[in-house]
Amino acid sequence: MITTPEDVLARAETLRNRLPSSFRDEIVQSLYAEAERIARRAVKTAGNRQYDLDQRIDRLVTAPVTGLLIMLLLLTVVIWMTVSGANVISDLLFTLLFGFGDWARSLFVAWGVPWWITGFIWDGVYRCLAWVVSVMFPPMAIFFPAFTLLEDLGYLPRVAFNLDWLFKKAGAHGKQSLTMMMGFGCNAAGVISTRVIDSPRERLIAILTNNFVPCNGRFPTLIMLATVFVAAGFGGAAASLVAAGAVVAVVLIGVAFTFLMSWLLSKTVLRGEASAFTLELPPYRRPNVLRILYTSLIDRTIFVLWRAMLTAAPAGAVIWLLANIRFGDASLAVAIAQWLDSFGRLLGLDGAILLAYIIALPANEIVVPTMMMIYTSAGMMVEGPASDDALRALLVDQQGWTLLTAINLMLFSLLHNPCATTIITIFKETRSYKWAAMSVAITLGTAVLVTFLTASLARLAGLQ
Amino acid sequence: MTRLTTDNPCAACPAHARLEQMGIKMDRYDRIVALAGNPNTGKSTLFNALTGLKQHTGNWPGKTVTRAEGGYQFNGVKYKLVDLPGAYSLLSTSQDEEVARDFLLFGQPDCTIVVTDATALERNLNLVLQVLEITDKVVVAVNLIDEARRKGIEVDTRTLSRDLGVPAVPIVARSGEGIITLLSTVADVIEGRIITHPRRVEGTPAFQRAVQELTPLIEQMAPGIPNARWLAIRLLEGDARVQRAIRSGELADIVARQRAAEDRLGATAALMGRQ
Repeated sequence: MITTPEDVLARAETLRNRLPSSFRDEIVQSLYAEAERIARRAVKTAGNRQYDLDQRIDRLVTAPVTGLLIMLLLLTVVIWMTVSGANVISDLLFTLLFGFGDWARSLFVAWGVPWWITGFIWDGVYRCLAWVVSVMFPPMAIFFPAFTLLEDLGYLPRVAFNLDWLFKKAGAHGKQSLTMMMGFGCNAAGVISTRVIDSPRERLIAILTNNFVPCNGRFPTLIMLATVFVAAGFGGAAASLVAAGAVVAVVLIGVAFTFLMSWLLSKTVLRGEASAFTLELPPYRRPNVLRILYTSLIDRTIFVLWRAMLTAAPAGAVIWLLANIRFGDASLAVAIAQWLDSFGRLLGLDGAILLAYIIALPANEIVVPTMMMIYTSAGMMVEGPASDDALRALLVDQQGWTLLTAINLMLFSLLHNPCATTIITIFKETRSYKWAAMSVAITLGTAVLVTFLTASLARLAGLQ
Repeated sequence: MTRLTTDNPCAACPAHARLEQMGIKMDRYDRIVALAGNPNTGKSTLFNALTGLKQHTGNWPGKTVTRAEGGYQFNGVKYKLVDLPGAYSLLSTSQDEEVARDFLLFGQPDCTIVVTDATALERNLNLVLQVLEITDKVVVAVNLIDEARRKGIEVDTRTLSRDLGVPAVPIVARSGEGIITLLSTVADVIEGRIITHPRRVEGTPAFQRAVQELTPLIEQMAPGIPNARWLAIRLLEGDARVQRAIRSGELADIVARQRAAEDRLGATAALMGRQ
């Protein structure tokens, strides 16, 4: 007699119907009872250690009020360390890399290399690379290890625990706080990490809102703008505190938008209830410093920096070409920037900034460098600014930047569309063009709307 | 495997054992070993220690969502190691837990290491018992015994082994303590030098009868299928994934693949014996 798959399935069906309906629970129960019995025989606990250190710490760290305060404090400390430390290294790298560029350029000139080769290599590709390295590397080299340290300690699940009620209110999954935190590192990684969420509805919400937390490609932009503009009037230690405060505020705005958008989605296209889940709070562990340094510096910093450099080099080339191809009486870059300018002004930005965002689509990391390149190579600025003061002077005096420009640029950077890598990742994870397009529409729409509102408000208040 | 046992009997002793990390060079391997366990028990740390790879590790559950593969060589045998996402159970439906279950069931590893957290053994044993339902070739790694010791928790791995019917080895994946013993135990289980008698949770008499009735039917349908009993249990529980696998003929493919692998391994063993 041959047994076919259908025979087996039919037989299983009959047998199952004959069993009492509670049999599944009984199996799970006997499994748990067995596990308990075996564990009791094999495990000996010495003394009564119920109130050990972990629990005492947890009582503080996960309590409603102190939990939130500690979270804010840690975020501020990490960002403050990043801001104040990054400045020093950044200045050093600027001097070093731009000095080398100028020296190499003058060599090329002395050797009589045609101007367009010299320009393409040193004013285009190299300058953009130097910008990316000196703007991005320092904050990453501080932020990533600090973040990895918190991760290794076991702090991240506590954050998830603290934020759970908010996500529940927003109709989203509590594990979304974990995926949100992965987004601080890289939004593409954040999108992949949503696989821990079982429900497809809640997973989509987590994917679509992941971009509202600034990834490490965008942190340097925020830090630079906060340092150069928001903290401009303050001196010494106060300046870095103010700058850190501004970045923390932007991050909190991003988190607020995450909740807002999750709530909107769960009330409209992705309607449904938040599902329950268990989250284990792991024990606090002594971090392994060497491994943290390795993971954060090699796996994360160098990886992100390398990716930025790969996109920065062609971006630099594109900008140089745009700046040196004539279009009417101006260069192509100037022409496009002027064409975009009135729309940019409407958002409190300008045409060069919007052009920079378009060129920097492959990687958000290079927005500021691209923007600077457009300003400099289009003949609007004479040479790469060597310090914060010079940068501020040039942007404010020559480009007419105001505090509003800086703030709106920070908001735009926080809210605008994901980078190309993240968009592709969203497509791969959802297998749907619709949701990938939706993620762009939601974020870009929010960014345009919010910056338009702040710019209009500033104008109404007569600040502009 | 004759080379290990007859030519040099000391090769299997921990003191003489040789571990060579092989990273992702796995074009040729002799055995497949899976790493399963609850979330955040140190699977990825053990994976990195064995393969020399730098799979991202971190102190939070749910960090590994896809499976990672790497290789190591131990006493001249090449192993492919598969790091599965952490799972609390094999009965649920979230994507990461399904990855783990599908691999154990359909990937047919030669041995499965279930990594457990010594400080929370009871909760971890739920998964161990479920893995034992699927396969007999299991070694339980009791990880984080240093942390347990600090908390005044002592795990008696001998009692644990006896109760589970499979070897249990205490390890500290972070420092490498116990890893050589773990690997030689894995080798012993694969080569049949240790015979396991996994503890199976029986359920009610009515359920047992149903399982006993269905199991031979599955064996008739796919002769040589290694875990017919588990499939019977899953079918009785109405598991859609298993139903699909049976209907689509996926199971027959697996059995065929398993046969081919055994032939290949037989050839390898013969070759090694000749050397």
